[in-house]
Amino acid sequence: MTVLTYITDLYNTFFATRSRAINTVFVTVISLLALFAVPTLANEYWLQAILIPFLIFALAALGLNLLTGFAGQLSLGTGGFMAVGAYSAFKMTTAWPELDIIAVFLISGFFAAGVGILFGLPSLRIKGFYLAVATLAAQFFLIWLFNRVPWFYNDNPSGTITAPPRTFAGVMITGPEAAAEVRYLVALVLLAVFVFFSWNLMRSRFGRAWMAVRDMDVAAEIVGIPLLRTKLLAFGVSSYLCGVAGALFVFLYLGSAETIAFDVNISFLVLFMIIVGGLGSITGSIIGAAFITILPIFLTNLNPILGIDLAVDLAKHIEVIIFGGLIIVILILEPHGMARLIQVSRERLRI
Amino acid sequence: MEFLWDFFVAPFLDMIEYPVFLGEVAISGLLTGVMYSLVALGFVLIFKASQVFNFAQGAMVLFAALTLVGLMEHGLPVWGALPVTALIMVGLAFVIERGMLRPLINQPPITLFMATIGLTFLLEGAGEWAWGSNVKALDLGIPNSPVDVGGMLLNEFDMIAALVAAVLVAVLALLFQHTPMGRALRAVADDPQAALSLGISLRTIWIIVWSVAGIVAIVAGIMWGAKSGVQFSLSLIALKALPVLILGGLTSVPGAIVGGLIIGLGEKVAEVYWGPVIGGAIENWFAYMLAMLVLMFRPQGLFGEKIIERV
Repeated sequence: MTVLTYITDLYNTFFATRSRAINTVFVTVISLLALFAVPTLANEYWLQAILIPFLIFALAALGLNLLTGFAGQLSLGTGGFMAVGAYSAFKMTTAWPELDIIAVFLISGFFAAGVGILFGLPSLRIKGFYLAVATLAAQFFLIWLFNRVPWFYNDNPSGTITAPPRTFAGVMITGPEAAAEVRYLVALVLLAVFVFFSWNLMRSRFGRAWMAVRDMDVAAEIVGIPLLRTKLLAFGVSSYLCGVAGALFVFLYLGSAETIAFDVNISFLVLFMIIVGGLGSITGSIIGAAFITILPIFLTNLNPILGIDLAVDLAKHIEVIIFGGLIIVILILEPHGMARLIQVSRERLRI
Repeated sequence: MEFLWDFFVAPFLDMIEYPVFLGEVAISGLLTGVMYSLVALGFVLIFKASQVFNFAQGAMVLFAALTLVGLMEHGLPVWGALPVTALIMVGLAFVIERGMLRPLINQPPITLFMATIGLTFLLEGAGEWAWGSNVKALDLGIPNSPVDVGGMLLNEFDMIAALVAAVLVAVLALLFQHTPMGRALRAVADDPQAALSLGISLRTIWIIVWSVAGIVAIVAGIMWGAKSGVQFSLSLIALKALPVLILGGLTSVPGAIVGGLIIGLGEKVAEVYWGPVIGGAIENWFAYMLAMLVLMFRPQGLFGEKIIERV
């Protein structure tokens, strides 16, 4: 304890009054590291198995957090909205191969936004857990639709959608030939843009209206916030981000996918991310995504590291048990998510 | 044009032309609905008493069925394995209350909901770890054969399952209406603060409802397990019970029953008459759409308490 106090004091003597400058320095250092150091230092496995899915899930978690954490509408349809993004990106890039692939990603989000707004319509009457279950309708219906209608996967007999090779500014960024570093950078830049966008959006009129609706929608309506428009905008923006994440999920990470890649487990996984990370916190979405992406990989590799030799299925079951147990433990230790932990430690360090 | 005919007219003509077949479809739908109700019932009990949306109910069904079958495989007869399983479920209720509910007291509902999803993983992993993950048959000696009832062919097993469910609901209703424990339980559901101040222990009530939900899970596990084998997919019937739950209302036991019947009937009729027209396998989402439609008119479900919003 005394050591911690000492370090804190020492830190504060140097940095107490420079919080803004520190923030800027911090963000710059992280960005530079992420942009230049990580792609050169990380190997193929790290990029492909950990960093790329992390960035994509962070984007999806950000999308869900805008809806659930900021606007207070509990949604379990994330997987479905991601699927809309993925399938519309696939349809667009196969129909118009000359269309810029980054533009395809960005436009595919609008399809997801449209579908999201449609399934957000009941939110005006249905609330809380009733709404959560109702959004599962979107999840199951959309997955069924993409499975049943061959038009969506271009009548491919295997029923999969595959990311075709596409270039941006002369560099191959999708398809089997694309380098992991390039895909990582594309995902990173897109995530950064959307994080910046969300940060500003939350300080705008719309973001504040969302938070008012979250805290008590009847009161928000009385002070003049149009409920329908506000809620539908939240569904739209949230589904847009989830849709882009879904497109990236197939094009930058999986390479090819069936609808099962977007099943209801994905919805729960993304919800886990924002709860563990912190509801109503943009940083929290990213931390939560990192944690939930890395945890299973860590658990899988735990036994070999510790030198325990277990049968494969036994190890798998123990992994599931530990994952479930850890979720409960984290919720008990810090119900407001990891973002809260960071906030508390920042206050202690007075950064 | 042909599609419109197939969609809006042909199914009804079929129904009128073969009323016996319609009766068969309807009754088998209702009987399946009863099975959904069995799962939804566990949800309702827990939600009423502790405001916890227990997603783990499906995993509890799987866990109970796995434990029962596992014990029977180790040589225990059914009448020996049943009480042991019941004891394990009650023990589980104790552990859940102590390890999860008590530390999470006064947290927002969504946090508790997520905790129960964590519990789902925990139970699925633990059940399969302890008893293995291969499909097990659960033979109760009930013939799974069609019998002739007034000209309609109905499945005998489904009818017995419906009977069991009816008995279970009747017992629960008696328990809740006519025992001191039941009164305490309803008091907690009505107003936890007032119940506390009258000396009713919330913790005891929680342990009781989670135990009862565990016992209901055993019954559901036996019925579903005997129908489709005890395997991992039993856990997924939670997803079948969710639309039943919101259709009937999260806080209503009769709602769970009526909701189950409506969903079972609607799903079966839609699958048989409209499924082929729009491509089949619609049972995954039809129940949800139906529930959503009803909620548009009654946001609290058919039998749920009216949601009153105050500022």
